[in-house]
Amino acid sequence: MTLERLGQLSNYSVASATGVLALAFVAYVAQWGFARSVAAPALVTAGGPSEPEEEPDRSDVAASIGFSLTSLATVLLWLGVLLRGLSAERVPWGNMYEFGSIGVAVALLAYVVLVRVWGIDWTGVLVTGITTILLGATMLFTYVPPGPLVPALDSYWLVIHVIGAIVAGAAFLVGAVASALFLLKDRAERLTPDDERTGFLWRIPGSAAIDQVAYRVHAFAFPIWTFAALIAGPIWAQAAWGRYWGWDPKEVWAFITWVFYAAYLHARATAGWRGKAAAYLALAAFATFLFNYVGVNLFVGGLHSYAGV
Amino acid sequence: MSSPSKGRDDAPALKPLEFARWIWRQLTSMRTALSLLLLLAVGAVPGSLLPQTGVNPRAVQAYIDANPRWGPLLDRLGMFDVYTSPWFSGIYVLLMVSLVGCILPRSMVYLRALRAKPSRVPKNLLRMPASFEATTDLSPQEAVDRALRVVKRSKVVVDHGDDESTLSSEKGYLREAGNLVFHVSVVVVLVGVAASALLGYRGAAIVTEGDTFSNVLTQYDEFSNGALFDRDDLPPFSVTLDDFAATYQTTGPQRGAPLTFNATGTYVDGATGESEPYDIRVNHPLHVGGASVFLVGQGYAPVIKVTNPDGEVVFDEAVPFLPADPSYTSNGVVKVAEAEPEQLGFQGFFLPTFTTGEDGATRSAFPAPYSPILGLFAFHGDLGLDDGTPQSVYVLDKTDMEQYMDGDKGYRVSLTPGSKQELPDGHTIEFVGLKQFARFQISSSPGLAVPLFGTVAGLIGLIGSLSIKPRRTWVRARREGSRTVVHVAVLDRVPRVDLPADLDRLSERIRAEIEADAPDREGDAP
Repeated sequence: MTLERLGQLSNYSVASATGVLALAFVAYVAQWGFARSVAAPALVTAGGPSEPEEEPDRSDVAASIGFSLTSLATVLLWLGVLLRGLSAERVPWGNMYEFGSIGVAVALLAYVVLVRVWGIDWTGVLVTGITTILLGATMLFTYVPPGPLVPALDSYWLVIHVIGAIVAGAAFLVGAVASALFLLKDRAERLTPDDERTGFLWRIPGSAAIDQVAYRVHAFAFPIWTFAALIAGPIWAQAAWGRYWGWDPKEVWAFITWVFYAAYLHARATAGWRGKAAAYLALAAFATFLFNYVGVNLFVGGLHSYAGV
Repeated sequence: MSSPSKGRDDAPALKPLEFARWIWRQLTSMRTALSLLLLLAVGAVPGSLLPQTGVNPRAVQAYIDANPRWGPLLDRLGMFDVYTSPWFSGIYVLLMVSLVGCILPRSMVYLRALRAKPSRVPKNLLRMPASFEATTDLSPQEAVDRALRVVKRSKVVVDHGDDESTLSSEKGYLREAGNLVFHVSVVVVLVGVAASALLGYRGAAIVTEGDTFSNVLTQYDEFSNGALFDRDDLPPFSVTLDDFAATYQTTGPQRGAPLTFNATGTYVDGATGESEPYDIRVNHPLHVGGASVFLVGQGYAPVIKVTNPDGEVVFDEAVPFLPADPSYTSNGVVKVAEAEPEQLGFQGFFLPTFTTGEDGATRSAFPAPYSPILGLFAFHGDLGLDDGTPQSVYVLDKTDMEQYMDGDKGYRVSLTPGSKQELPDGHTIEFVGLKQFARFQISSSPGLAVPLFGTVAGLIGLIGSLSIKPRRTWVRARREGSRTVVHVAVLDRVPRVDLPADLDRLSERIRAEIEADAPDREGDAP
């Protein structure tokens, strides 16, 4: 098979992943919609009379369709990333298009795994919504045909530095979704009277549990980001440009992101900042990460701009 | 069940005064540090959006010229030198002070906590939010001993009384250690970065094929050094560029994208006096004399010869033309100071692969020199080299120069390699051949290991502080009639919602231990 053909197959794969992901989003929206008038399932059953086995309702069916589609999209996207690497004969993260595709692929994989481990399927609608937009925008606005690396990127630090950034970024995305849901749920818990507690928000875990998921994901991502942005990045910069830190726009924003997440972790342990303020900090931190990826690449420039964005 | 954080308030483990001081520390230093952290992040933003003197002084000047109203004001506010400005330094110095003010007392508290025994067992364990009760036929002593097998701890105190045995254990001390290591590391990194900037230097020089760069101040195109570096201490070495090779992608959608850059030649380390071959590529610098030589740019240097009407050579040099786009459309000037009666100056472009676009403009279609062309405008007069003001070699001072005209258009010199053209004043300019130049960055940042070590140690501390669970576990077994009642409670220093699940597991294992043997089979397990 020729390299061009592999590149083409990769494009088909990524495109179908985007389509399937959009369908998964629709299914998760249906899950939310069908739950509109349904009361929260009884949480405490221990000790009480055992309730009759309930038929799964439409909302649950939509959720499981959503999860299956998300899993399929994840497989398709990873296939696309793999084929891209084969067609370019190198690691598939040498430009913005590739970084975007593999970043979304890692975020989806993290979601699928965490659904199994922590049962975070309640983040589905936001995760699929955001990743559909990200992946669609990546294909539409940043696509470049596969090709070799520019000399500055030809280093094994590309593997280490960029993998770190991708994994941390994917986890930041999941963490931001959890923080956003925490804010929604927290607000609902404070403002909704007991007899009006129906719908999607009352089928997901309580705000304290959501907050803990958000914290764990961020606590996982933060050291990786520290490594990628503040250790691997400077080591590579020292070898490539002769200075480990030069306040290049990308470096500045990586630092800003780091400081915001550091502030989030501190805020969670600080009276008066715990809860809402900390969650807003997490969202602001994710916004700085996104700006670094989209804004700095496309509008600001600097040393981190490479062949065709 | 009440929230776990409520359990912390209920915990009688800390005395009221101690607790108040702990709260005070949290409120003051933590909030201050948080605000300073956010301020630092916000303060860093303008430096990424406005041009910075340290990165590109020409862009700063262009920005000020383009914005005569805002430019000078922003300049006065330090917006073009954000990361060395007094206000930015002010924020991070304050942050450092706050950090040290936080680390020192916390280290003391931590050291005391390490030496201290685990806290006394609270009176009523079942009032703790995470607790359970079990009964057994074992004696209180045996029940506690068995619970001891289950409870994970780094520190434990077992107390056997007449009718009552207790166990108090605490684990997760390394969390705070990791936390402290992380924060100390931040200080180490900041100090290390500052020290290496003060002791180091950095400069850049353009070296054309066949030329030699010697590590002395006059050979640098740009140079900056830290306050503690003496410019006379530049280590003696020289680097001769024999050959510069570049390859580009010749086919495919990314045609023209660079593939490899390779600078080869010999260098002499002044300390040993020996000449060694080198091979500098992007990502592969040369290390010599405590400094590193990096390849950070490249371009073309046409060899230009100017002969006067008498046939004497008045100029014969390779002149670097600075690339302006990825296809190496390059701009440069030629200053012929020896020309008489008037000096000559040329300004123009060099294109490695000449092409005419649909709009009629000439530009370079490919970075490699497939069909090079040199296009120059010619000027005559006084180059202004003698009045003592330093001049850039890339800018022609036209104050006292007059352009040669061809009708109402500028007179043009258009040359391909090997061709020559006679100028209106009888001089002849010849494009003899083509060389390439490399732009080297020479830098020394001593003590680089300090920030590196600091960040790595900080990362390890960070992982510890985020992943280790500090937990206190208490067990009390008391004889009540013929049976023994066991109370168990756990308390996390960090509020958690999954504590009940952990408690359930602990409860299961403790129950399994104390219910494992019948009371008539007392004694140690085999």
